[in-house]
Order: sequence, then C-alpha cells, then structure tokens
Amino acid sequence: MDVFGSFALILAFVCAVYAFGGGIAAIITRHPLLVKSTRQAGIATCCLIFIATFSLEYLFFSDNFSAAYVVAHSNRALATFYKVAALWAGQEGSLLFWSFLLSIYVFSVLVAYRNKNGELMPYVGVILAGVQIFFLTLNNFVASPFKALAVPGANGAMDLVARADGNGLTPLLQYPEMVIHPPNLYSGYTGFTIPFAFALAALLARYPGEKWIHLTRKWTMIAWCFQTAGILLGAHWAYAVLGWGGYWGWDPVENASLLPWLTGTAFLHSVMMQEKRGMMKVWNVWLVFSTFILCILGTFLTRSGVVSSVHAFAQSSIGSWFVGFLMVIFTVCLVAYLKNRDYLKSENQLDAIVSRESSFLFNNLILLVSCIAVLSGTLFPVLSEAVAGSKINVGAPFFNKVNIPIGLFLLFLTGVGPLLAWRKTSVESLKRNFAGPLIIGLVAGAVLFALGCREIYSLICFSLCFFVTATIFMEFYRGAKVIRVRSHASYLTSAIELTMRNTRRYGGYIVHMGMVLVFIGLAGAAFNQNVQKEMQPGSSMQLGKYKLVLQSFDSKPEANYTGLRLNVEVFVNNKPLMMLYPERRIFETNGETGTMVAIYSTLREDLYVVYAGQSPDTKLPVIHAYLNPLVKWIWFGGVIVVFGTLVALLPNRRAVLVLSGAKQPAPEPLVHGMTPSVTYREGRD
Amino acid sequence: MKKQAKFAVGISVIVVSLACLAWLGYGESKTYYHTIAELQSLRGAELSHRMRVGGTVAAGSIRRFTGRVDFVLEGEGKSLPVSYVGSDPLPDTFVDKSQALVEGRPTDGRFVAEVVQAKCASKYEAAPGGTVATSSTATR
Repeated sequence: MDVFGSFALILAFVCAVYAFGGGIAAIITRHPLLVKSTRQAGIATCCLIFIATFSLEYLFFSDNFSAAYVVAHSNRALATFYKVAALWAGQEGSLLFWSFLLSIYVFSVLVAYRNKNGELMPYVGVILAGVQIFFLTLNNFVASPFKALAVPGANGAMDLVARADGNGLTPLLQYPEMVIHPPNLYSGYTGFTIPFAFALAALLARYPGEKWIHLTRKWTMIAWCFQTAGILLGAHWAYAVLGWGGYWGWDPVENASLLPWLTGTAFLHSVMMQEKRGMMKVWNVWLVFSTFILCILGTFLTRSGVVSSVHAFAQSSIGSWFVGFLMVIFTVCLVAYLKNRDYLKSENQLDAIVSRESSFLFNNLILLVSCIAVLSGTLFPVLSEAVAGSKINVGAPFFNKVNIPIGLFLLFLTGVGPLLAWRKTSVESLKRNFAGPLIIGLVAGAVLFALGCREIYSLICFSLCFFVTATIFMEFYRGAKVIRVRSHASYLTSAIELTMRNTRRYGGYIVHMGMVLVFIGLAGAAFNQNVQKEMQPGSSMQLGKYKLVLQSFDSKPEANYTGLRLNVEVFVNNKPLMMLYPERRIFETNGETGTMVAIYSTLREDLYVVYAGQSPDTKLPVIHAYLNPLVKWIWFGGVIVVFGTLVALLPNRRAVLVLSGAKQPAPEPLVHGMTPSVTYREGRD
Repeated sequence: MKKQAKFAVGISVIVVSLACLAWLGYGESKTYYHTIAELQSLRGAELSHRMRVGGTVAAGSIRRFTGRVDFVLEGEGKSLPVSYVGSDPLPDTFVDKSQALVEGRPTDGRFVAEVVQAKCASKYEAAPGGTVATSSTATR
C-alpha cells in the first residue's frame, strides 16, 4: 500500500507538471485540445492526491509498522479516532494533508467552472497547478510520508524492518480537538489559494474587473470561515488542554494563523468597494496576494523552526524550500502587477471622510497595521539578529498594546460602517442612525463604571459592544418592519425573510454580532484571577465565590495511559455545587504526561482547575485554580460567526409580489409598469 | 484637495499613535536571546537585561524545592546552573535531556528563570529508531 501511495504521488506530480506546462501552452495557442487536456490533467492530479492520502490512512488503520511515519505517530492501542488524526501529526503527513485539502478546492473549481469563464479558467488552472507542483515536490522528494522504516545493516546498507508496535501519538495531541482544529485551519490556509489564483489570473488576462470578484466571493468566504473556526478551535484547545489558563499567547504559530485572517478580513470587506464603486482595485489585488503569501509564510514559520515556538515541528531544512517558493510567488505577483497596473485604475474617487468608502479605507488600514505589527513582532528575532546581531524577542505586552486599540477601533467601525451612506453621509442621516445606539453605548458604559468596572479598555469595549449591537438590531428592525407591512407576519418571521432576501448583507450582520460576542469574551480577560495551593484531602481553597475542597485522589489505569485524578468538590455559599476532576495522565509508550483541565463554564465566568503537579517535599497535590470571566462568550461568538457566514453563503430568496384575488383575462399581457417580482433593495446597499 | 488633507491627517494620527504604543510595548517586553557561551562574555548593562537562554537539561540535575526548582542547562560544551522561581508548574515536557528555553536574568553565577519552556527530547529521524518529534509546552 505504501508503494501504491507513493506511486500515486509521483504520478500526481507528473500530471501537475503537465497541467502547468501544457496550460501555459494552452493560453498561448488557445488550442481547444490543449485547454481540455490540461484541465483534465489538473483534475487527475487532485484525484491522485486523494488516492495517495487514502493510502496513507490505510497504512494507519492496518497498523502497518514497516512505514516510518506510521511507526512515529501511531500504535496498536491508539483509538481509531486518533489514527485518522495521526495522518497530520507530523511534518510529512501534514504536508500531504495540505495537498489533499488544496486538491479538494482545486477539483471543485476545475469541475464547477469547466464550461464557464473560458477566458479566465486556463490562467487559473496554471496558477493552481503551479502551487500544487510546489507542494507535490515536497511530498515526493523532500518529505515523503511513505518512507519505509530502515536501520543500518551489518554491511553498511539499510535494512528494511517492521516494528511490532509504533511509538504512539503524542499525548498533547490525544484530544478530540486534535481531530478538528488542523483540518479547519488547513482548509482556511489552502482555501485562500482560490481567490489568489483568480485575482492573479484576472490580472494576467486583464479580465473584466468585478466578474472575478463576484466569482471568488463564495470561495473567499468559505476559506475565511474555516480560518476563523480553525483559529478559535486552536485557542479553545490551548485553553482546555495546556492548563496555563489562557487561550492566546501571541506565539509565532498562533500569529501565523492570524496574519492571513487579518488581510483576508480586509479583503472580504474591501471587495465591496470595488463592486459598488469600482474603487480600491489595487488594494484588493494586493490584499489577496498578501493573504496567500501570508498563508505560505505561516506554514513556513510553523515548520522551519526559524522562530522558537511551543508548536515547533522538528528542525529541518524544509524552510529553504518555502523561502524559495515565497520569493517566486512575490516576484510573479509584482511583475504581473507592474505590467498590468493600468487595468487597475480606479473608476471613482473618495468623496468625503464621513462615507462608507472612507470607513472601508480605515478598515483596510487598521487591519493592515495590525498585520504588520504582528508580523514584525513575530519575526523580530530574525530581523534583529540580521540587523543588530543579537536575537531579541518581543512578547505579549507588545502585541496587546498595539492590537487592543486596533480591535476597539475595528469594533467601532463595525457599528458605524454599515450605516454610513456611499459617497457622503448627511448630518441628518448621522443623527437619525446613530443617536439611539450612541446613547445606549454611553449608558452601558456609565452603568458598568457605576458598578465598579474601572479598566478603561474594558469599559470602552463593553460600551462599543452595546453600541454595535444596537446598530445591528436597528438594521434588522427597520428592514423587518417594511416587510411586515406587506406580509403581516411576526417580527421574527419578517426578520428571517429579510435575511433570506439579502443573505450577504444580513448574514454579514450576524457575523458582526458574533464578533461582538467574541469581543465581550476577550474583554473579560482583564478581570482574571488565580490561586495556587498545595492541598491535602479535606483542605480547601477560596477563589471568588467558589470554595474548592479536595475530597480524595486516585489513580486509574486506562488503555494507553494512567490517569492521576483529583476529586474536587466545589461549594458556593457553603452549598455543594458540583464535582470537578482535574487530571494528569502518564502515557505508557513514551512516559510523557498530559494535563486534563477541569472547567466549570458559565456565561458569567469559567472556574478552571488544574492538577498542577506534586509538591516536591511533601508529595501532596498542588492545585492551580483560575477564575476567568466571560470566556464562554468567545466560543459562543465563534459559533455565531460561523453560522452567519453560512447564512451569507446561501443564495438570495427572490421576493415575489403576489397579485391578489381578481381573475386576469387570459391573453392580456401584464401591464407595462408592473413587475411581477420584486427584490428588496435599499438605497444604502 | 482639502478632503485629501483630511484623510492624510486621519491616517497619520492612527499610524503614529499605534507606532508609539508599539514602541512602548516593545520596551516592556523585549528579551534578548543568548547562548550559554555568550553569557560568560556579557558585560555591564547587558547583564541586567531580561534574556532567554537555550540548552539541554543535564540528566539527573533536576532538584525540586519549595518555591524553586534547580537544574543545569548544557550547551556547546558549557553548563549553566539555573533556578526556576516562577509560580506556574513546570511543563510536562520538562524532563532530563529535554531541550529547554529559560527566560530571566543572570544573578551571581546562576541564572534565575521566571519562565521555562521545554521541547520534547527526541527529534524525528527518518531511519534508525524512528522516534517522535513533537510539540513542546511552556509555563506562562
């Protein structure tokens, strides 16, 4: 099976090379046979990658310990659930997984548009094939997942061996989120290849401006949705498993996933400017180029070990391949841009500072500044060593100081932007739209201040959250009211109808609402508390309104680990509330330990209890308890964001004006001015 | 041209204020990285910087006391005695022969560390043995 898999991979490489070279020939000669065969080669490349991936999974399921990769990441006792995930547990497999997910996108695009956009698709096919060639080169020649296990033999040659059992999956990865976080995040990373390919293709082919944006909108939203989900799942995993009480550490690998998200978000918004007013074309092209480049940079940072991180894979020379690829991409983008700059001329100018255009401009600017700040901070050790000779690291204070104000400004724009008019907003319009929400926001801030909240950033954040929520509700209310006039349905039904008639706009508002919830959750971090104490059975510790009493501790052997469990009872106002079981697991195969955090999560706060270890002198368990307010809002907000994106992806329901009652005489045509179907359009859209 | 000026002013205000914040944040958190060998040749002001040092935990050197964990970090033939005084428990991957990164300041011939990160001891090798190279954890 491993020979089969590696053969499929090399064949995929050959097909990709043909799709690329033949594709270029197809563009130049426009020969229909070339066009068709290169598209089919592209599809074949994807299918072969699917086959190779399934072969590798088969090696895991069949416990084939003659394959080096399987030996390294699996063992017989491993649950099937995790054998699937072991595919992406190491360098080689995760690179193949990257190719696999990219191929799903490429396959879908090539098949969906096989009879459409004939001017553009050959270019798209070549670009996608080019990206696939890079990853297939790594899969085949640099980091092959199908290497057979071998040891040096007596006469110096390598002898193939087969182990009886493997080393097993690292304990930290044996958690359900391991199975969903990488697929989501990688689907985000690879998904951004599609809008990149279309943007570059449109630039090279000088394809009519807005058509490619319209084509790629759904793909961008899908990739963005996966990226968002991937980031939040990663944060949740860090929170629930690592036991340090937090969910974001500004670690280089975390930052690597955030960077394309920032430019991707800017791109998603900025394209509206190009669609409505033919502006920001240069911005958009470079935003999508940057998003793709940052995706590749992200995986480079993760894999190369160039910056030290808690997530780092093994040190390897694979970094140089990525640097080379990044240089090639950047050169191609730059040359394409310089040659076709005139095609990107704006059709309109910015009219006024209080306008929707300007809010998009500031949105772009602020996200870009954040991106540059996070990128500089992440790469600082590399930059400082090159410039000043000493490696300097910057930590959370740097990132937080810059990004918190940026986040607050973004929150402000989220409320204000959708209510500003295109071109210029009048003062009356401002007063009408913002008076209410502004008052609500200020009142909320005042109330919180009165209740004792003195953290300035949290106060601003909560006020803004109320402000934005009010603007969003106002939008739904106004639209629903108009629909209600005709349909006489409830407000809720009307709001749903409203959403379904313009899914992009109202789905977008739902996403914004989700982000507001996430910000509320993030603001809670300013009020975190924690306590650490050595405990013996019967002793207690107090944290906030909770009293934790250690009742007992036990040790429980499981299939591939031994669990050291603490039985902690939680009291509130001296009344028993629940039991929590923080645990440490010792894994048999490699002696490593893992921490299982016990979390009691409510909307108000999380009680987060960790079995930190044993006191060195007394051997008694040490418990570290945290009180983290509002964390649940982050995860809940994330679900709303994903839901909103899915709504926005749905096609619009067209509204039909129903003519009531009276019988129409048969052959009479419809009266000229009367349209039988109406789509709800607001002047502001 | 007036509206251009307005935009320019608005953009500059944002960029400049963020640049100031970035500078402050940099000052608060910058940490130098040195090897154990370099530590011995540091002079004067450099010694009081917060810094990170990487190395391998010498086998058998980990000693746990109340409020402190002592161990010896080795690298490039040199060794450095370290005392970890942070309140968080040491990461699960902190064992003999693991690669560790300590952050703190050198004091009186020892290194006083407030943060310890450790990576898994074994590296992935393709041929003999085929052991696992994986993630590491850190105290915060």
